[in-house]
Amino acid sequence: MSRLKPQKEYEKTGAFRFFRWLSGSKDPYLGEVEMQPQKEFAVPEAAILDRMNEKQMIRNKVYDVEKNKKLAFFHKIYVIAAILFCVVLVGLLLYTVSYLPRTGNPSNPDNNTVSERYIEKGLQETGAMNIVSGMILTYRAFDTFGETNVLFIATCCVMILLMIDEAILKKQEANDDRRYEPKNDVILQGAAFVLSPIIFIFGIYVILNGHLSPGGGFSGGAILGAGLILYTSANGFEKTQKFFNEHVYKIAKITALCMYGIIGSYFYITGANGIENHIPLGMPGHILSGGIILPIDICVGLEVACTMYAFYALFRRGGL
Amino acid sequence: MDFVQNFPAISILICLFAGIISSGLKGRTARYINTALILIVIFLSFCTLGYVLGTGEAYVYVMGKFPAPWGNEIKAGVLEAFIALFFSIIMLLSMWGGIKKLGDEVEDGKVFLYYVLNDLLLSSLLALVYTNDLFTAYVFVEINTIAACGLIMIRQNGRTIEAAARYMIMSLLGSGLLLMGICMLYDLTGHLLMSNIREQVEILFASGNYRIPLLVTIALMSVGLAIKSALFPFHAWLPDAYGYSTVSSAAILSSLVSKGYIFLLIKIIYRVIGFDIFYNSRIINILFVFGLMGMIFGSLSAIKENDVRRMIAFSSVAQIGYIYMGIGMGTQAGMAASVFHVLSHAATKSLLFIAAIGLTDVSGGSRQFVELTGAAYRNKWAGVAFTVGSLSMVGVPLFSGFISKLLFAQAAVQNNVKMLPALIVLGISTVLNAIYFMKTVIRIYTPVEDRSYESVKFGGMKLYAATLVGFIILNVFLGVSSQPVVDLIGQGLAMFS
Repeated sequence: MSRLKPQKEYEKTGAFRFFRWLSGSKDPYLGEVEMQPQKEFAVPEAAILDRMNEKQMIRNKVYDVEKNKKLAFFHKIYVIAAILFCVVLVGLLLYTVSYLPRTGNPSNPDNNTVSERYIEKGLQETGAMNIVSGMILTYRAFDTFGETNVLFIATCCVMILLMIDEAILKKQEANDDRRYEPKNDVILQGAAFVLSPIIFIFGIYVILNGHLSPGGGFSGGAILGAGLILYTSANGFEKTQKFFNEHVYKIAKITALCMYGIIGSYFYITGANGIENHIPLGMPGHILSGGIILPIDICVGLEVACTMYAFYALFRRGGL
Repeated sequence: MDFVQNFPAISILICLFAGIISSGLKGRTARYINTALILIVIFLSFCTLGYVLGTGEAYVYVMGKFPAPWGNEIKAGVLEAFIALFFSIIMLLSMWGGIKKLGDEVEDGKVFLYYVLNDLLLSSLLALVYTNDLFTAYVFVEINTIAACGLIMIRQNGRTIEAAARYMIMSLLGSGLLLMGICMLYDLTGHLLMSNIREQVEILFASGNYRIPLLVTIALMSVGLAIKSALFPFHAWLPDAYGYSTVSSAAILSSLVSKGYIFLLIKIIYRVIGFDIFYNSRIINILFVFGLMGMIFGSLSAIKENDVRRMIAFSSVAQIGYIYMGIGMGTQAGMAASVFHVLSHAATKSLLFIAAIGLTDVSGGSRQFVELTGAAYRNKWAGVAFTVGSLSMVGVPLFSGFISKLLFAQAAVQNNVKMLPALIVLGISTVLNAIYFMKTVIRIYTPVEDRSYESVKFGGMKLYAATLVGFIILNVFLGVSSQPVVDLIGQGLAMFS
């Protein structure tokens, strides 16, 4: 038989606080935790005015209707021409598509020898359960090497555009660190603490199982990169830089691409010269199988993860 | 299989490797690697050329162990090897000619990126030249586009960023159209390899089915590549991109990047669609008309220009027009003339860009014509080189431009319908060329009284002068001993089909 607690004793228990919080009558943290309103990031007003003036000046100069009558005229023509061009292109493409062979019709003109071979002999020739991986990384490995290099060169271009000198970067951060580093977001940090290990493990899983199940280097690398971005946005760049700074980034990227290049070159050149390449295909379905697919997947995964993170860091902060 | 047959694949792969490794190095080391790389590529292409000339037939090199329709392939013939050799020589000279400017105009921390982009650009050009697979071509077109954007914007001022954005939008539109064309072709034929597509396209054409998709495919691919190589109505990105980027970039972009796409188009015409089917499609007439328009309007814009770099850039529009006019004639002779003009324009335009930078440097960095007066006396080497380039562009005998104009005229005479417009426009365009180039030459050789600008001695620009001499030799070589080159092109085009 339960006994009623005195009101005062009951108020000290957790259940009371919980129900009080649930009914919304009192915030349990109010008055107990020190709270400081975050200072808004403010740009000095003079700078805004300056920039506005400059913009206005340029606009006046460029779009001065008195002096640039030609420009206004051509602007109208460009808009009309662009719309016309798009409409014509859309119409043309729709018209063409209606004449293309219907999907799935057995009497289509396309000859299916290529896909037939991929589907029927893919498993035995590449050792990969996942035909897509087998196709892009064994049959058409050269294309995929090019594709990986597209990612690499895209990072180079973003670096040209956005990379800021280290010294300037430090100075900017000292001036207003809040703009770049959300250091005190407890909810985000808690979520990242739970989620990022899971995301990393899942990314590694997707990369390592690229030849067995849907996935592979590109998708797994994207997942890894997303995990890194989540970790960084929660904990700030300083903590990320302890294990992933520019040095590590360069080493990882160059190693991954070079490994891919070396494996690929070995495969192309031995294959073309008719030399046995001694790459074991393994038992289909085992984790260590699929010939060159697994190592290449790992390289591609590293490169894609590096690229994703580098894009984020460069756009956010102007440096890795 | 002979060992030499590996060379095209090796030259593509080492370019990629060099780019990857350079991304972790300092600017100076990256520069040495870049120079060594281009020299190696020149050597490898030379060996390939010798080998192919010896055997007398093109060979297929399988990338990997899976042959024809299943794996990737590259194919090397006389024309491919020769173009690869020529492109790498121009690349080397352009890099040397602009090396000093590069140091001034690019931030120290970012110089290594320039060499990374350059290595990858060379790899993509070689891949475009050698590939026998349409999708590989598309992948390397992408690399080429992004690298070209980087080359434009590495000199960071407002104009180059704007030019790069404009270039990117136009170029991606071209890539998109090309990709749509490739997709449709894959849908119709089920192949991505050039030779297999061609067999299927011939069967389709003979059966008369799917005429409209085939026609649209041809149109999309031609227009896509025409946009990327700045054919006349699509040239809006060109003057800023060539006019404000650092000088090596301008030379490389004008003489190599746009030519790579033209070479791909020629390849598609011969290897993918088939010359006769392409000729029957009437798309060729559109290319012809646009080419003619470009020849005139490009030159007119160049005459109006008051900035020497932009003038040379607009002249490129006219010269690209010549090339498309040759393609549009629809005869073997026209095609051969176009390929020769690709070479001749590549050699001449990069010479002009590099010589112009020497002239503007001794005129206080200004590119206005008024300031350039007498510049040739202040920098004698650049003056001579600019004159040679101008004479070649106008088409004076002894220089490469004369031969290409002669070949165009000969090709035009063989074609009954297109003879009259082609010859008339060729004449008008030559006169217009002469107006703006001779105007500049006279201007730089007009003596001035007050010596407000310093002149440059040979000691201060040895590498630069050597580059100019290299370009002049290349130009005169193409102009004087043109017959072997023309024979080579004919042989190469015969191997193509």
